[in-house]
Amino acid sequence: MIGGLSASWRRLVDEVGTVDTVGLEERVAKYTTRSIKKSAKVWGLRTAVTMVDLTTLEGKDTPGKVASLCQKAVAPSDDPTVPPVAAVCVYPAMVRHARQALGPNAKVRIASVATAFPSGQAPLRTRLAEVKAAVADGADEVDMVINRGAFLAGEYGRVQDEIAAVVAACGDATLKVILEVSELETYDKIRAASFLAMRVLRPGDFIKTSTGKTSLNATLGNNQVMLEAIRDFYLATGVPIAMKPAGGIRTAKQALQFLIAVKETLGDGWLNNRRYRFGASALLNDLLRQLEKERTGAYQAPYYFSEAAESY
Amino acid sequence: MSRLPITKTPKVYVGGAFIRSESARVFPLADAAGRFFANIPQCTRKDLRNAVEAAAKAIPGWARRTPYNRGQILYRLGEMLEARAAEMADALLLGAASARARAAAQREVAATVDRLIYYAGWADKYEQVLGNVNPVAAPYFNFTVTEPMGVIGLLAPAQPALLGLVSLLAPAIVSGNTVVALASETAPYPAVLLGEMLATSDLPGGVVNLLTGFRKELVPTFATHTHLRAIGGVANADERKTLRLGAAASVKRTRLLKAEERIDWYGPHAASLEAIRETLEFKTTWHPIGA
Repeated sequence: MIGGLSASWRRLVDEVGTVDTVGLEERVAKYTTRSIKKSAKVWGLRTAVTMVDLTTLEGKDTPGKVASLCQKAVAPSDDPTVPPVAAVCVYPAMVRHARQALGPNAKVRIASVATAFPSGQAPLRTRLAEVKAAVADGADEVDMVINRGAFLAGEYGRVQDEIAAVVAACGDATLKVILEVSELETYDKIRAASFLAMRVLRPGDFIKTSTGKTSLNATLGNNQVMLEAIRDFYLATGVPIAMKPAGGIRTAKQALQFLIAVKETLGDGWLNNRRYRFGASALLNDLLRQLEKERTGAYQAPYYFSEAAESY
Repeated sequence: MSRLPITKTPKVYVGGAFIRSESARVFPLADAAGRFFANIPQCTRKDLRNAVEAAAKAIPGWARRTPYNRGQILYRLGEMLEARAAEMADALLLGAASARARAAAQREVAATVDRLIYYAGWADKYEQVLGNVNPVAAPYFNFTVTEPMGVIGLLAPAQPALLGLVSLLAPAIVSGNTVVALASETAPYPAVLLGEMLATSDLPGGVVNLLTGFRKELVPTFATHTHLRAIGGVANADERKTLRLGAAASVKRTRLLKAEERIDWYGPHAASLEAIRETLEFKTTWHPIGA
């Protein structure tokens, strides 16, 4: 790095610390070797269901599609003992349709991406207007993207000020700050960006890995970097920040591994849907499939669980 | 200088790769003289589950191939087996030295190659025989075509270990199904070697998945797995009951031969169009005739 960029980066890293890449990856590799069976597995699967932000973020989304997504979110399974998911996650234009489908006091929350998702490349006032519009239409939660262009250019103050502006625009709505880890490239930068965001967030706001729109999404590795950042920030300030990995978590097995990471890094305080979420569209079907397998003892075909049409 | 012996670790062919059982369990296989020959993977229900996933992934690509191409690939598998017939005969013999045993092994390998060629020939012909244009008393063009069922579970007989297995899997895959087969429990090694030949025969990975292990551990999962659309093969009375109960609960087709009766794997009826029909679904379409 050159000139002023190097100085501002060094100052930030001095404050928040760096990540031991080799140690971290060795640590997360261990998470995949834990044996979670029987009642613990069922507990994990059910807990994961309650943590899902059931997501549809496509150009072809329609009010009808959002309405059926909401129905699935409220009652994911024929089995009435399966709990509803945490939230539906939609584009701002679909928030009012989701609100209409769910009703005013729904248990399932409505999350809306905003701030020129997924690139974030729009003027700040446009992004803030989008946040306010989504909240006015009934969004309970706002998923924003950080200004990666500014971050990579070394304008850390600007990144933080923009997040603070969005926090103010959110009002009572919970904020989730998407770091888009695949564009930050290194664990050190993911950790630094996590701290930039956490310093201006309110207790209970989220940091989130990805938009799901790039090639590399949530992995155990970058999830772990962010969990450790949350832990260190909590120990230093007492402010609990929540976490949402998103994109690429498609199987129940992966979800359980992420929950193991939460349990072993942050503890039971984060094993609920106020502190931890999964941003996913296909995951819920696999969770239901595995729950049905545990209930009946028979392996289930994916097409009984409205598997996304691209496979099978 | 003496050379250390290089012994082979038999592995099962699943999803186009050679794997050990996820459980890491093995069981010892003895050769004809009763000496230790090799450790064979003792596959579990989780291996079966993984094999079914692999088989399901392979369906779209395999079923989309032209029948002509599927025939070519089956024929090539016949070629691979023919070229390595002596090696396969040794796998059947496992050291048995008598001339009679050798002749029987050679006969089994030859019959297996012939079986592959037989079904390869049917690949682009069964549709003409099984499909139909149906007469209807209305202005419709009414026709019936066949479609593959999906993932088929197969239980190979104890003997003949190779011919029995191939006689079951060839008619299933010729139409675009994919299979998960459990090899002979007492003579699993020919199936291990067959997997190595499948891997070099242009057959896409996952179309044929071969497991080795104990029937007692795996038959109940074959019965209840809802992703398997049909179960075929050889089973004893207890296994047939388990399989039929499980198949009824998960709505799958069964075609089970009785292990306690003599099955003629070499006779004129051992290979037939009927065997291909057993793993097909029939779709009838009513198409209006334009006025």
